[in-house]
Amino acid sequence: MSSEKLLGQEAAVTTVKAAEGFFRRLLNKNETVQNAVNWGRRWSFFQYPFVTACCGMEYMATAGPRYDYARFGAELPRFSPRQADLLMVVGTISHKQAPVLRTVYEQMAEPKWVISFGVCASSGGFYRNYATVQGIDTIIPVDVYIPGCPPRPEAVLDAIMMLQEKVKEERRPLLPIVD
Amino acid sequence: MSAEALERLVDRFSSEVVRTHAEHGDETVVLRGERLVEICSFLRTDLVCAFEMLSDLTAVDYLNVKSPRFEVVYHLYSLSRNHRLRLKVELEDGEPAVPSVMSVWKSANWMEREAWDLYGIRFEGHPDLRRILTYDEFQGHPLRKDYDMEHRQPRIPPREGQRHL
Repeated sequence: MSSEKLLGQEAAVTTVKAAEGFFRRLLNKNETVQNAVNWGRRWSFFQYPFVTACCGMEYMATAGPRYDYARFGAELPRFSPRQADLLMVVGTISHKQAPVLRTVYEQMAEPKWVISFGVCASSGGFYRNYATVQGIDTIIPVDVYIPGCPPRPEAVLDAIMMLQEKVKEERRPLLPIVD
Repeated sequence: MSAEALERLVDRFSSEVVRTHAEHGDETVVLRGERLVEICSFLRTDLVCAFEMLSDLTAVDYLNVKSPRFEVVYHLYSLSRNHRLRLKVELEDGEPAVPSVMSVWKSANWMEREAWDLYGIRFEGHPDLRRILTYDEFQGHPLRKDYDMEHRQPRIPPREGQRHL
């Protein structure tokens, strides 16, 4: 085996990697591609409902035919965090449950968003006591908070629209850059 | 209602009885804690008393109200004779402890764990005195009157086998 041949192979690999990096960067910077991907993401939220309390009724009302969040493309709840990209924390979270919620969040694949549904999830609500987490943002990052005890379905739809606006403006890398 | 049972108890264990009272037919007896298991097994096995069922076991914190600070309350019910009796044991502050009555009524198991969890009252002789409503890492006993309302518990790590990433 000649050393020249080896060097030639290495050079080829480096060239290919450089070319790949160039195209990835180009794609990530491309506004049209970004906008297209964001359009796809914001009109097809697959939500994971982490329902722990009475807010679940309002969640069901929002999912039902009268309010029907399928109009916003969020029509398929996935009951596995692996298949979901929108975590809806619906209800009171106790300290005992906090590690479970954290695990569910970590199990979701990127990109992922979180909606805090109702005052209990957002701040602990009137459960100002030893058992309740005073806001899930002490455990996981939250994108949109919905006030209300429980919130009206209109408020939930508003939150979904706000999240859509947020996703529309997002500029996250579409492909990971490997150098 | 259970005046007869109360009379038998006072006759037999007069040295253990602190005081008794009755309100609207509900007899209550305040006892010293040392011979509690013996008294309870008498109440269960005696044919006149026949308290087969421990329907409730709980505790009360009388901080700044009266002394001794704690009271453990037992509600007994007789299925065969349809009468009830309430036992109370008063406990001083510090490390309150009372004998476990699990050897008499098995249903005392979780109720004693609950009283331990929320009030920090030790039940001596209990085979498995762990917290039952809160979790192992919980600091303090939340139903004690001197538990700070604004005290926040630290976050806990996931349990063994809870983490599947």
